[in-house]
Amino acid sequence: MEREPVEEQFFSSPEGGNFGDVMVVGGGISGIQAALDLATAEFKVYLVEKAPTIGGKMAQLDKTFPTNDCSMCIESPKFIECARHPNIEILTYTEVDTVKGEAGNFKVKLIKKPRYIKEDKCTGCTTCVEFCPVRVRDPYNQDLSLNKAIHIYFSQAVPLVTYIDPESCLYLQGEKCSICAGVCKNKAIDLHQEEEEIEVEVGAIILAPGYEVFDPKLKGDYGYGNFENVVTSLEFERLLCATGPFEGEILRPSDKKHPHNIAWIHCVGSRRVTPGDNSYCSAVCCTYTQKQVILTKDHDAEAECTVFHNDIRSYGKDFERFYQRAENLPGVRFIRSYVSIGREVKESKNLTIKYSTPKDGVKEEEFDLVVLSVGLNPPADFKSLANKFGIELDAHGFCKTNPLNAMETSRRGIFVSGAFQGPLDIPESVVTASGAGSLCGQILGYRRGKLDKEREYPPERTVSGEEPRVGVFVCHCGANIGRVVNVPSVVEYASTLDNVVHAQESIFACSTDNAQQIADTIREKRLNRVVVAACTPRTHEPLFRDTLREGGINPYFFEMANIREQCSWVHSKEKEDATRKAKEIVCMSVARSALLEPLQEFELPVDKRALVVGGGLAGMTGAMSLAEQGFEVYLVEKDTNLGGTARRIYYTLEGMDVQAYLRDVIRKVYHHPSIHVVTDATITEASGYVGNFVTKVKSGRTAKEIHHGVTIIATGAEEYKPTEYLYGKEDGVLTQLELEEKINKREEKLISSKTVVMIQCVGCRQQDRNYCSRVCCSQAIKNALKLKEINPHMDLYVLFRDMRTYGFKEDYYREASEKDVKFIRYEPDDKPQVEAVEEEGRRVLRVTVTDDILGKKLQIDADAVALAAAVIPSAGTQEISRLFKVALNPDGFFQEAHVKLRPVDFAAEGVFLCGTAHYPKHISETISQAYGAAGRAVTILTKDSVIASGAICEVNESDCVSCGACISVCTYGAIEFVDTPRGKKARVNPVLCKGDGLCNSRCPTGAISLKHFTDEEVFCEIDAALHSPVEFPAINKVGIAD
Amino acid sequence: MCTGRVDLAFILRAFSNGADGVLVVGCWPGECHYLTEGNYGALSMTHLCRKLLDYIGVNPERLGLEWVSASEGSRFAEVVNDFAKKVKDLGPFGNAENGLKMKLEAVDNLLPYIKLVEREKLRVRFKTEEEYNEFFTSDEIDRIFQEVIVNKLEISRIMRLLREKPLSTGEISGLLGVTPSEASKHLGSLARQGLIRFDESLKRFVPA
Repeated sequence: MEREPVEEQFFSSPEGGNFGDVMVVGGGISGIQAALDLATAEFKVYLVEKAPTIGGKMAQLDKTFPTNDCSMCIESPKFIECARHPNIEILTYTEVDTVKGEAGNFKVKLIKKPRYIKEDKCTGCTTCVEFCPVRVRDPYNQDLSLNKAIHIYFSQAVPLVTYIDPESCLYLQGEKCSICAGVCKNKAIDLHQEEEEIEVEVGAIILAPGYEVFDPKLKGDYGYGNFENVVTSLEFERLLCATGPFEGEILRPSDKKHPHNIAWIHCVGSRRVTPGDNSYCSAVCCTYTQKQVILTKDHDAEAECTVFHNDIRSYGKDFERFYQRAENLPGVRFIRSYVSIGREVKESKNLTIKYSTPKDGVKEEEFDLVVLSVGLNPPADFKSLANKFGIELDAHGFCKTNPLNAMETSRRGIFVSGAFQGPLDIPESVVTASGAGSLCGQILGYRRGKLDKEREYPPERTVSGEEPRVGVFVCHCGANIGRVVNVPSVVEYASTLDNVVHAQESIFACSTDNAQQIADTIREKRLNRVVVAACTPRTHEPLFRDTLREGGINPYFFEMANIREQCSWVHSKEKEDATRKAKEIVCMSVARSALLEPLQEFELPVDKRALVVGGGLAGMTGAMSLAEQGFEVYLVEKDTNLGGTARRIYYTLEGMDVQAYLRDVIRKVYHHPSIHVVTDATITEASGYVGNFVTKVKSGRTAKEIHHGVTIIATGAEEYKPTEYLYGKEDGVLTQLELEEKINKREEKLISSKTVVMIQCVGCRQQDRNYCSRVCCSQAIKNALKLKEINPHMDLYVLFRDMRTYGFKEDYYREASEKDVKFIRYEPDDKPQVEAVEEEGRRVLRVTVTDDILGKKLQIDADAVALAAAVIPSAGTQEISRLFKVALNPDGFFQEAHVKLRPVDFAAEGVFLCGTAHYPKHISETISQAYGAAGRAVTILTKDSVIASGAICEVNESDCVSCGACISVCTYGAIEFVDTPRGKKARVNPVLCKGDGLCNSRCPTGAISLKHFTDEEVFCEIDAALHSPVEFPAINKVGIAD
Repeated sequence: MCTGRVDLAFILRAFSNGADGVLVVGCWPGECHYLTEGNYGALSMTHLCRKLLDYIGVNPERLGLEWVSASEGSRFAEVVNDFAKKVKDLGPFGNAENGLKMKLEAVDNLLPYIKLVEREKLRVRFKTEEEYNEFFTSDEIDRIFQEVIVNKLEISRIMRLLREKPLSTGEISGLLGVTPSEASKHLGSLARQGLIRFDESLKRFVPA
């Protein structure tokens, strides 16, 4: 935020030139998020990915922790969003060659590798794949299964086109074969394609190249590479996955049998200083291992799972509960021990593992399969990346970033998001993506919207009064449908149905030229309803609705019949029945389509001002980022001063002077002409909806009504006031924040102490606060190192349960250990005891703790005891949750809309979240999240209006009997009574209605109805399903509804 | 649209059209995509509908409710196969359970009233499915169901029968499958409300 905007430069957009605003390098989840945010905020984005598809590592994961959501299911809709966004240009199989210029004016040379396929011709039908004679190891499945030399990277790939592996293609290796070119009906194969150079000019660059998985083969860790049944965790992830090598069956490599006794080994490649290993903690492995244990037990309830670990680092939101969930499963053991592989058993190819515990000494046990929880490396080409982009790297090969702004690289105008910053999990990759987007907005604000593309549509034809004229398009989907369902017969059948005036088949209804043809047919045949019998509306409805608009009719006249997922894919062995079912489905859709009505998606104006609640570091950072992008911000703080908890923090583990930074930020906030600060503020009322919020704020005697389009909640957290360990009774017992203050003042009594004991996990990781406060381990290390620096003779003890110095913080843990800070682990059921005693005439705090390694109780006489007091939700959290109608999690922190992919959004549209109000976090993480929230907020603020769906509820007032049944079930608060000349009637606020339709089914008189899913429309489908004029055999009929 | 949108009327419509079974499939409890958590509404609705089906002589097993998340394709296939098998075992709907169409229509006609009763007496919000099961199988609910819904249904069916042709108390009790004293109780109350009258010449009740 301390950077000035780039000078406004001569700016033009030559037709056909490769001119953009931002280039995002890396198409994993971080790059995708950055591209989507920026494109929605009206910047033209080039999304460059070196793989044949976007998706990155997340696309290879089976599930995601800690919710065990299906990874691909949540990620792939984002692929389509990118593909369809008019402001995003996706360049796959493309690498950056050189970068010239400077912030505001970069010239990037790209090399597009030949995929030997004409992308615009390939429809993704995979006929070529079927015929290709060459089998290759499938990189998507970590080489565990085979694919063809020509194939699609994975079935949800974007772009959904094939590529040829030149290393294994017979033709490209000089042999005679061009079968693929022969079978391709669309002539999409070009075996002579050559590498292409592309020049692109952009104003800023976001680097999101992700990470590389640590490769245990290089050193043969734990026999990997020699023993077949030792696999990496990413390989195991593919084994778990339904799209994996064995369709979701866990089979071990040696004999393809189900392993029942599986061991995981933690920290492979991480937390080690030996050459070839990484000294840092990879931050995600503990929790992904727990996920794999839970999933393994899901696959095979009898499986025996053993996890060999060091510290368990469950430092993230809901990680602690996730750990407990894994640990409490029957047949699951967590064993704290370093291990080595004993041997491979000859006959069974099982492995033995040697480990030792304080109780049982050294043991050797046999396992069917060993999974190595491998860590995260920087991207493979990190050195050349650094050279090309002219950025500096840190000691580990990750991107060197500004210690207080993790998205800033050493080069102006180039930002970094995701795991190239260092080991990050998915939500952090998403947050930093939105944050990097916001930073781009800060330097490129002057050109926002200049390259923004909006689609233009022909005027909408009025069809009211016309008889329904239905057009039916039945899709072969290559062979996906056509191989099973007799498509011509479905077309013939469709043409006999009432109202149908046109029916035809197409190979791919969704391909660009077919979509165009549908639009033309709508015009030529004056269609006023369109039924496409193809795949799922989840992915393709937006496309076809768009096609209707192109054809000049209302998009809600579109109806999709799913004859792929719900027919050809599940009935591949019953072709005749499948054809009949396809006809029934088409019959239902045609019947329903006749009743469809044109609906208007209406636009609501957006108030371009923002409200930020909370004037701590998170709130101020978010407010500054918004203001720097030209938006007016109201920043309200309940306290008299800005700064929040950061006022009590003096330095970071990495050595930054927090107070200097804070003073600077506060000064900038106060001086910024677009930021209005209200201190001593109380929020008395909050109402409205996205784009149009109204919040009443009281400060002293003045009351203010603020109108704003978005809200950012940044109300922070507090330090728990301990009741344990004589806190409040003995002066020498302090919290870590209090200790830090005394260190900062160089308080004589403290710094001359002989012995200081730190006790971790005070008030959390226990039943009533079942979470880890995340920051305390690093905070203890930070203060211990500071004390050692001031007084090297001081004896320091840290009594801990697990040291959770994740990521690069691990290096400081090691440093503390090397500087003779003593770390003693205690068990939660045998907590340390603190008593005040007189010893040789002076009062000391006697700490008694059991040392498991020494196997005895230790007594330490300390001058001071510092408690790692829990971070707890701030006092006003519940009130804020009530006022802004946003949810809290069981621990009292705010609950984001989606743990993985919407980490700073609330479910309530237009309300965002950042800082410790979300969960305890470090200063740099808070700052990243604040930029992230600003980035998300800008996607709304840049728009002049927000679009609300047309499929919402409405009330026929003459039928309304004012019973209130609808109002009582609508938790969105979208329905209210209004006074009318005919009495009190229910009325729907279309902006708040989300179209779930619960009210509709509860209304006794049918007065309220969900448009696009009215009773009549559904009845009509039910009737058609059960009376379709398809010859029924003597089987039973089962209706399905959802 | 949400499972909470599935109206009692949709299910009755399907059975009226001769469906042998109806399966409602929705998001797992606690995983509703909407704030309204309509899947709990679907759970209540299904319980109520099963009671109604049972009352009119339709095996309530013909109505299924299953939770399948968007990522559980194989579970969805399993659920549908299992349900289809169950329905096949139950046999075709129309033959075994004769004269049902009229009963279904009677229930359908009463839906506005049933929805009001549901809101007044049966609207509950529990966390677990077990609690819903317990609630909907409790004696208290049986009593409410009998007093508030069944009686109304019987009266509604009497009205429908009488609109077709004049009938005696004995004939009505036979057609309704209730005791003559119950039939006579309903007829008495309908007569008092002036909805029907006893036609002396026919010796039968007719609509007023």
